[in-house]
Amino acid sequence: MTDFSLVLANLFSHKLRTALMMVAILIAFLIFGFLAGIQNGLDNVGGKAAESRLVTVNKINFTQPMPVAYVNRIRAVAGVDNVSFANWFGGYYQDPRQVIVTFAVDAETYLQIYRDDIAMAPDQRAAFLSTRIGMVAGRKIAERHGWKVGDRIPLSSNIYTNKNTGTQTWDFTLVGIMDPASEEANPDFILFHKEYFNESVTFGRDTAGWIVIETADPAQNGAVADQIDAMFANSPAETSTDTEKAFGQAFLAQLGNITLIITWVVGAAFFTILMIVGNTMAMAVRERTKEIGVMKTLGFPDGRIFRLVLGESLLLSLLGGLPGLGLAALGLSAIREGIGMPGLALAPFWAGVAVLIMLALGFLTGIIPAWNALRLNIVTALGRQ
Amino acid sequence: MSDLITITDAAKRFVKGRETISIFDKLNLTIEAGDFIAIMGPSGSGKTTLLNLLGGIDRPTDGAISFDGARVDKLTESQLSAWRAANIGFIFQFYNLMPMLNAARNVELPLLLTGLSAKERARRVQAALKIVGLDQRASHLPREMSGGQQQRVAIARAIVADPKMLLCDEPTGDLDRKTADEILGMLQLLNREMGKTIIMVTHDAEAARYANRVLHLDKGRFVEQGAMA
Repeated sequence: MTDFSLVLANLFSHKLRTALMMVAILIAFLIFGFLAGIQNGLDNVGGKAAESRLVTVNKINFTQPMPVAYVNRIRAVAGVDNVSFANWFGGYYQDPRQVIVTFAVDAETYLQIYRDDIAMAPDQRAAFLSTRIGMVAGRKIAERHGWKVGDRIPLSSNIYTNKNTGTQTWDFTLVGIMDPASEEANPDFILFHKEYFNESVTFGRDTAGWIVIETADPAQNGAVADQIDAMFANSPAETSTDTEKAFGQAFLAQLGNITLIITWVVGAAFFTILMIVGNTMAMAVRERTKEIGVMKTLGFPDGRIFRLVLGESLLLSLLGGLPGLGLAALGLSAIREGIGMPGLALAPFWAGVAVLIMLALGFLTGIIPAWNALRLNIVTALGRQ
Repeated sequence: MSDLITITDAAKRFVKGRETISIFDKLNLTIEAGDFIAIMGPSGSGKTTLLNLLGGIDRPTDGAISFDGARVDKLTESQLSAWRAANIGFIFQFYNLMPMLNAARNVELPLLLTGLSAKERARRVQAALKIVGLDQRASHLPREMSGGQQQRVAIARAIVADPKMLLCDEPTGDLDRKTADEILGMLQLLNREMGKTIIMVTHDAEAARYANRVLHLDKGRFVEQGAMA
């Protein structure tokens, strides 16, 4: 027998109570792990490249388009290397609930700017550039719907009407499959030609939803962004230029302030658990007053008793917290595969924070019972007066 | 026989509110190594307090307590813990075994305070359980054993670290006559065969017969001393 097995034996002397406390802690860290994973996903929107690319949108908000003429004016700004643009199509397949992220893009420049994110076979790329009604789809989308290169795919829009058919459906030919070119990339969308879009929509012609800019030196991005926004100041469509990462985060921030949610949800869960576990630990130690008195009588020093009791609460916290964190990591992994959000993972930083919180939880809930056990008078504990 | 423990002019007083309660004053006692002493007396006479002082789990208000010639009452708390672990075995009326530990682990507890290897600890635990006749029940939890068996496990726990002195507080108070006699016979055997000095607090005159000497304590004073056959 060791001190650890003694701690373990004490901890599981009331199996049901310990199991319930472990479940409570597990759930808290499961929530923490999930929310931290989502936060990590948001922090890494678009990967590292997204930090160096700039995106210009209408200052009102990104649902408002800008004149497509802005693209050439931005191209002329000093320090700008490549410029492309895209329009949100509002695409879905067959059923409005089967939403597919679909962009009408300036194909050549778009593929050039996203060369480190989108991988495509050279022949498919060439086919895309030369096929007016051609579209390329992320592999996951194609597999989900059973599409193969060469298939005719009718895609609908929940925004635009096709003036050629009078419906909201466009016919496309799938000419290529996109794969991620890096671990951080996630081409889980469809691209098609802005010319096809421009000639068939009933409104919104010659506009750009957002303009993507690659600069010669990312260190100059701030100055370039200021210059672009100054150029369109006091125009009917003023602009707002920021990094692509900030743009992505602003888009996702529509879901709510995740950091604030994490803080409040986790904070509330921990406070509740701190109270429950702390009270239960104190009760468990009070119940064992006589046993602690006997151990002291046998010669166990105060410091060792303190460590044994504190060890119990620390072990309880880790036994509940680590599986919770593990389940969160597994869950995030499954979701990541499902929705294709590469950053959706429990980062080592957040795992470290979680373990620190577990230790703090164990310490806070155990310190008072351990201190009481340390100070326990043998004569009082054994009722021997 | 040499003196094992000496109490000189010991006093014990408790403060309760504004009142000071004196349990005993100027108490003197000498116990020789290898003695088996029964301490009897009415409730509140100071028997348990005396046992607490002898076992180093309480300190006298005045006076001195020496063990093997060294002052025990001057030791710090941590020194007292180490002294108890090395020299004293405790046997309680209600056994006070750890309910979540089996017999072997209960007996092993005092050995965790020694530097013995796990193998040596296991050997000593087995030997102690064999002495009390429970080597076949090593893996049983206290709740799976009778009162007599639990007390025998407590005796094994008390002797496993080979202490010089056993302090027994009403060791048969919770047992029937037959089982009590078995336990007392076992204590007598430990005294006679292994030379353990035993001090036993009891209300039971039959139990006291197993001792070599009976001390009667009343209102904090020894009123009569008798030697048993």
